[in-house]
Amino acid sequence: MNSHRIIVTVIGKDRVGIIASVSAELAQAGANILDISQSVMDEFFVMIMMVDIEHANIPFGELKSRLNSKGDGMGLRIEAQHEDVFKFMHRI
Amino acid sequence: MSTSRYSPQEIIETIRMVQMENLDIRTITMGISLRDCAHPDLAVAATKAYDKICRVAENLVRAGEEIALQYGIPIINKRISVTPIALIAESSDADSYVLMAEYLDRAAKQVGVNFIGGFSALVQKGMTRGDTVLIASIPEALATTDRVCASVNVGTTKAGINMDAVALMGRTIIETARLSASQDGVGCAKLVVFCNAVDDNPFMAGAFHGIGEPECVINVGVSGPGAVLRAIEQQGCADFGALAATIKRTAFKITRMGELVGRAASGKLGVPFGIVDLSLAPTPALGDSVARIIEAMGLERIGTHGSTAALALLNDAVKKGGAMASNYVGGLSGAFIPVSEDIGMIEAASMGALSFDKLEAMACVCSVGLDMIAVPGDTPAETIAAIIADEAAIGMINRKTTAVRIIPAPGKQVGEMVEFGGLLGRAPVMAVHRESSRQFIERGGRIPAPLQALNN
Repeated sequence: MNSHRIIVTVIGKDRVGIIASVSAELAQAGANILDISQSVMDEFFVMIMMVDIEHANIPFGELKSRLNSKGDGMGLRIEAQHEDVFKFMHRI
Repeated sequence: MSTSRYSPQEIIETIRMVQMENLDIRTITMGISLRDCAHPDLAVAATKAYDKICRVAENLVRAGEEIALQYGIPIINKRISVTPIALIAESSDADSYVLMAEYLDRAAKQVGVNFIGGFSALVQKGMTRGDTVLIASIPEALATTDRVCASVNVGTTKAGINMDAVALMGRTIIETARLSASQDGVGCAKLVVFCNAVDDNPFMAGAFHGIGEPECVINVGVSGPGAVLRAIEQQGCADFGALAATIKRTAFKITRMGELVGRAASGKLGVPFGIVDLSLAPTPALGDSVARIIEAMGLERIGTHGSTAALALLNDAVKKGGAMASNYVGGLSGAFIPVSEDIGMIEAASMGALSFDKLEAMACVCSVGLDMIAVPGDTPAETIAAIIADEAAIGMINRKTTAVRIIPAPGKQVGEMVEFGGLLGRAPVMAVHRESSRQFIERGGRIPAPLQALNN
């Protein structure tokens, strides 16, 4: 990985406290949110965060599984992937 | 830096391709040269090969798992290909190379890969003693090992077709089926007979590490029939130009994932990145079918009239899109149409819409050929050989790779099912022509290289 940026994607039914909850999880891990955008697509709430994990206090795999289980608890799908996946697929 | 670099649509598209359309990296295959493992004592050669594979591929599986985690893209298989074993083992005077297969099997289990390819011989123009011993060892080697895959190249455009080897492979396939009769002849699912075999194919069962390859290399095979299917469905009744353009765009995106993963694996393992194979490879899973793509183009069932044209369009568009997406493209690079590994093919064959002869026609315009086809267990060896000869002729004349992976299912008749399980899937036993090919096959010798070979 050349950069330390990951994309966190939250997909599901909109409800109170999604951003707060995901942000808290990231803050606890020492991961810095660089940008947030949200929109509604096909009736689903979609939140996309770009997150810098250079100074995170847990490994990426651990953060990813914490976010996954946070999502499970809220009835949301939360994914974390390295930024390069999107760079490679959508930018030449 | 802002997420505005990527639109929500782009991010959702990627996630949907992976989570709903089965986009995955089908295999990371590490090619390992065993040329330095030859020894007059086969047991020593086998030990050297085992030690080298375990050393070089020690971190392959872990690296694959780490990459899958980082990028959120499943990497289904981690595999190894080695130098054709006939080249390594023939330094010994052993009369059987089964011992070598057993060591390869143990090495595969030790490093955690699910297949190891390269129990192979290249005999397009003739056979050395080592080639003869290797081919004679194939039935037992495949019956006594779990993860070893064998392949034999019987023809090339440059050399013509070695019909003695073709006849021998007909008998070898029958014997391989017999020795694995308790599992519907599954040994034959691990045996490929090639014309114009390639040196850098990452897909099993036909992978081997060619003699022009470096010491060690990473090759990647991607797969995304589901993503292509959805793109076509969204196009509605677009004309063929628009259809091809859609497939190209999707193939580009799929192949970029292969390029990303290949580079990452290469970097992690400190091994050169060889190629991305652009093949569109199905699995028996729902939504992972090449047949469904053909049907989505407007054909009621794959196998009906129009299937060959549809497959030609698909195959070409996948290559055009994929070629732009990777620095190094290689391997087989074409759509696979295995019967047992594709739910749409299984259905079409079961209901009689897809015949053996149509499969042969479709093999002319895509990758590989007659793949994972079950035929009656009492099919004569000469008929199997003649099937191989037909397919090799298509490859020889059209300067393309063709292959036969056929399973004469012991004790089974047309219409019965054979079950291989897992990625190998299940297949209905298909009818073959009952008229004899024996006298043709018994002629022996070589079919001369065609005019296509004289291009210097």
